[in-house]
Amino acid sequence: MTINEAQDQVIEEFSEFSDWMDKYAYLIDLGNSLDPIDEKAKIPQNLIEGCQSRVWLDAAEQEGKVVFTAESDAVIVKGIISLLIRVMSGHTPDEILEADLYFIDQIGLKEHLSPTRANGLLSMVKQIKLYALAFKAKS
Amino acid sequence: MDTTLDIAAIRADFPILSRTVYDRPLVYFDNAATSQKPRCVVEAIETVYYNQNANIHRGVHYLSQVATEAHEEARQTVQAFINAAESREIIFTRGTTEAINLIATSFGETFCNEGDEILITGMEHHANIVPWQLLRDRKGIVLKVVPFNERGELDMEAFSKSISPKTKLVSVAHISNVLGTVNPVAKIIAEAHAHNIPVLVDGAQAVSHMPVDVQALDADFYVFSGHKMYGPNGIGVLYGKEKWLEQLPPYHGGGEMIATVTYEKTTYAELPFKFEAGTPDYVGSVALAEAIRYMQKFGLKAIGDYEHQLLQYATEQLMKIDGMRIFGTAAEKASVISFLVRDIHHFDMGTLLDKLGIAVRTGHHCAMPLMHTLGIEGTIRASFAFYNTKEEIDALVAAVDRVQKMF
Repeated sequence: MTINEAQDQVIEEFSEFSDWMDKYAYLIDLGNSLDPIDEKAKIPQNLIEGCQSRVWLDAAEQEGKVVFTAESDAVIVKGIISLLIRVMSGHTPDEILEADLYFIDQIGLKEHLSPTRANGLLSMVKQIKLYALAFKAKS
Repeated sequence: MDTTLDIAAIRADFPILSRTVYDRPLVYFDNAATSQKPRCVVEAIETVYYNQNANIHRGVHYLSQVATEAHEEARQTVQAFINAAESREIIFTRGTTEAINLIATSFGETFCNEGDEILITGMEHHANIVPWQLLRDRKGIVLKVVPFNERGELDMEAFSKSISPKTKLVSVAHISNVLGTVNPVAKIIAEAHAHNIPVLVDGAQAVSHMPVDVQALDADFYVFSGHKMYGPNGIGVLYGKEKWLEQLPPYHGGGEMIATVTYEKTTYAELPFKFEAGTPDYVGSVALAEAIRYMQKFGLKAIGDYEHQLLQYATEQLMKIDGMRIFGTAAEKASVISFLVRDIHHFDMGTLLDKLGIAVRTGHHCAMPLMHTLGIEGTIRASFAFYNTKEEIDALVAAVDRVQKMF
């Protein structure tokens, strides 16, 4: 599945929710079922410090593709992370670097990307691209 | 609620309170961060700009004199508000933060040397921590912190023991912005004075919730911000006893604060102008005075009593929620409630309360050391003003209950 196919799938899933409460309930479900990050990866270097919640992001390369794992101490943030990983993980550095993340806006979570929300999400998207750039430089 | 205040009429004075967010009525419970402004305060700003705008203290022309008089009258209004002995003991600053920085610099440079101690408490806002750390870096002073008990009350025994011959100043919050604790500042001042130590009181969270009399307290310095007391942003007050202010050097240099300037030597203006370099915020001062008059119309006692009822009601109702954890249960407490439900992250709770139209603060509330002491990352904080109602508290409690069930 391409990044855009994954994004479109997420958008379709969210289109079923008529109100925001259901949407957030789903995000909470996603957050609760996100695989925890390896405890060894919960190191300061992997910490993306937002003002309100902490996010750990780790990346590894597997057969030319970048695999992301991440976690947060806030469940809603974890839910959004799980969507980001679903869309971005398992692609080549070039695909990740070229990705335009339109799904966040389309499912009505754009506010979480605003720098004033300070929940670390904007930094997380940046960090995902930085990892891709680093792996690209290595290859 | 049992009050002589006409809350509906008071709410009508605050246009913002009738707006909606996400198609829901706004419930504004972030008053400890900043209060909303009554129409008269905004109109006062407009009046200054439309009718009397001119730079003050230097013009001979009519408007400059009118503006100067208004600014100085505002100083007298502040003086009367906190019962200062002299209007020259009222220094206008940009806010509480600048006022504390002024003292940390001017007092610190004059009276503090390596090894001297400044005493603060474990419930201070960063504004009453960081300026002293900057002084520590400059002068090698020692910052000592008085702990508090599980209810969020200062450990007065520890306070007494912390005073030493090296203590140069005690700097303490009148009311904690996180725990709501009303600290026994009169007692603290009396004890510090017994050792000839001056006391600075951070009154940012106090002046809009209780009557403050700096002479009765015998405070050496008392500081607060306009925007937390229904006044405009960008103006605050440093009250200082004349005997102290006279001994301190200027903080900032520039216009307004000088007597004569030559390249060889500059002499400084008298109080209060010595500490007001540059064009003062003569718009903010007038609007601040209007905010003070607005509060005085109802009386700080009546305001505080009503807010106390809100606090008690909210505490009772919130405690009915399973897993409710309230941080700060001091016997003397102002209308601030910091809480968590079970281990639900404050960001998660705050995000969803926001969607329900409820404005609360989440996070560390600029008091990270306090959070470390409590062993948490942050809280949700609801803080009440006298325009809030029991019905709004019901909305908060229902929203918290609804949200907590989602986790």
